[in-house]
Amino acid sequence: MTTTDHDWTKPSAMAIPPEGYFTEERGRYGPVFPRTPACHGFSIIAKVKEGREDVVRAYGKTIEETIAASPEALAPLKLHYLRWNLFDVGSGLHFQYMGIFDTDFDKYTEDAVQLFSATGITTIFTQLEGFPEDWKENPDAFIKFVRDHHVPSFLEYGEYPYVTADEIKKALKLKAAFSNMLDQMQ
Amino acid sequence: MLEFDDIQHILLTRTPAITGRYEFLTFDTPEGGRAWLSELLDKTQSAADATATMDGSDRWVTLAFTWTGLRALGVPDDSLQTFPEEFRTGMASRADILGDTGANAPEHWVGGLAGDDLHAIAILFSRTDEQCRRSIEEHDKLLARTDGVRSLSYLDLNATPPFNYAHDHFGFRDRLSQPVMKGSGEEPTPGSGDPLEPGEFILGYPDENGPVANLPAPEVLSRNGSYMAYRRLQEHVGAFREYLIENAETPDEQELLAAKFMGRWRSGAPLVLAPDKDDPELGADPMRNNDFNYKEMDPLGYACPLGSHARRLNPRDTAHYMNRRRMIRRGATYGPALPEGAPDDGVDRGIAAFIICADLIRQFEFAQNVWINDKRFHELGSEHDPIVGTQDGTLDFTVPKRPIRKVHKGLPAFTTLTGGAYFFLPGMNAMRYLASLGN
Repeated sequence: MTTTDHDWTKPSAMAIPPEGYFTEERGRYGPVFPRTPACHGFSIIAKVKEGREDVVRAYGKTIEETIAASPEALAPLKLHYLRWNLFDVGSGLHFQYMGIFDTDFDKYTEDAVQLFSATGITTIFTQLEGFPEDWKENPDAFIKFVRDHHVPSFLEYGEYPYVTADEIKKALKLKAAFSNMLDQMQ
Repeated sequence: MLEFDDIQHILLTRTPAITGRYEFLTFDTPEGGRAWLSELLDKTQSAADATATMDGSDRWVTLAFTWTGLRALGVPDDSLQTFPEEFRTGMASRADILGDTGANAPEHWVGGLAGDDLHAIAILFSRTDEQCRRSIEEHDKLLARTDGVRSLSYLDLNATPPFNYAHDHFGFRDRLSQPVMKGSGEEPTPGSGDPLEPGEFILGYPDENGPVANLPAPEVLSRNGSYMAYRRLQEHVGAFREYLIENAETPDEQELLAAKFMGRWRSGAPLVLAPDKDDPELGADPMRNNDFNYKEMDPLGYACPLGSHARRLNPRDTAHYMNRRRMIRRGATYGPALPEGAPDDGVDRGIAAFIICADLIRQFEFAQNVWINDKRFHELGSEHDPIVGTQDGTLDFTVPKRPIRKVHKGLPAFTTLTGGAYFFLPGMNAMRYLASLGN
């Protein structure tokens, strides 16, 4: 089962213009970023507030513990992967949030705002310069921050392109079911 | 505490109207618009007023304004700019986001609804045909004696037989799943979810996430107001019936296919609770007809297809943050019923509905963009909502079934959007404020 006409057996690469999209198509909160062979994504780069490196690093541990306790905690975001980096190339410490997911950019952002405000987990973004203080009451400002700090990729590649996390999980479940069936037939 | 005496009644009450008219208006001068509004002020009713007088009333009036309408009434620019962008630019300008393309695109809309000169709507609901004629006459007289305000178009409404319950031209029972607000005095029916914070629907109250920032100013204008997305949806009854006949062999199978598209039988009975055969008693019983979920009761859609209309518009426990996506629906059918068995007569008929919410992007546009017209909803791949989605004949509809699912290829459009608009529905004080702007 595939969710598009794309052939998952054929690796695919996509070079993306500087704007992050090919033709301007409006989404609910701004231009629509295209789905690529590497699904939808999110690359937020922003400067960390002075002296907050330890706090930011500690969030890594917080997320680890949250997921260990409730594996479904980030389910609404429909993620494949998250990668967070901290780096300083001479202009102060910067944080990079890379997410690969299956919902579109605007829905991911909305769901993230909702996830953070509803669960009471505060967001790592509060440690970043320019992040709106009133983000809980002002989701539009959160969404604007994300759009302002998103750095679109100029190349994305997929070894098994355009496949959603749900499809991968279904395929693995099917494989497990077949293994089980074969075991039962021994 | 809800301010029942300031909130326009349509937000909180259902009137026993069976007929009516929508009047779409344009204001040539601010004075004209305000004079029209001033004269109608004492005809409009708050929720408190409408509830208290419901039994003795035969007609109910609701007024709402587009952003250009507020401007035409003389609302100052600094106030106009505090309204959210989607409302300022209007529904027609958001067509690409909403998926209103092809035959549904604004260039095909009727009644002048896509233009900037659509300024206001007067919803005239009546209990009887006689009262409806009187209301229209009175409103015509008002227009005739008031300079600077004109009718752009109108739409006459009427319930379709049988009249003992609300349903659309396809025959599907309506008004089954409505959210309830905390403090409204209403009890949600089983399965309809807990009462929600009023700020999900009315401006000036906390919503499900707490206090709401960035409301339009001044407060007198926004308080107890709301946004209404208007959708005029032509229903192709002949084409729908024909599709069922061509794609299902027996009358029972045709009924089942119709139910698969909708997610409920025409009687209102949900497929999750009545998967094989209609159960009209269940359909008519509000204590049972909405009391089900999908995640545990029908995760794979064997009863109710994942892409069916009802499952898309209310995915219940299979979507996240449902409380942030709820909307109040009001409206009516228009056009004569097509008798059973009659060939399509080409007459315009359908539903003309309002979707009421506090945040058009987060609620109404989300539903359009992510639930109705997103091909990848629930990983389906090549489907839109089979009833209200944009269909150009290239998309499918999948009915999960053991051992092999049935995919209906190249689904035709059973409905066409022929008009729409974003309105602001002011509170009673806000309407008095608007009427007094020139003073």
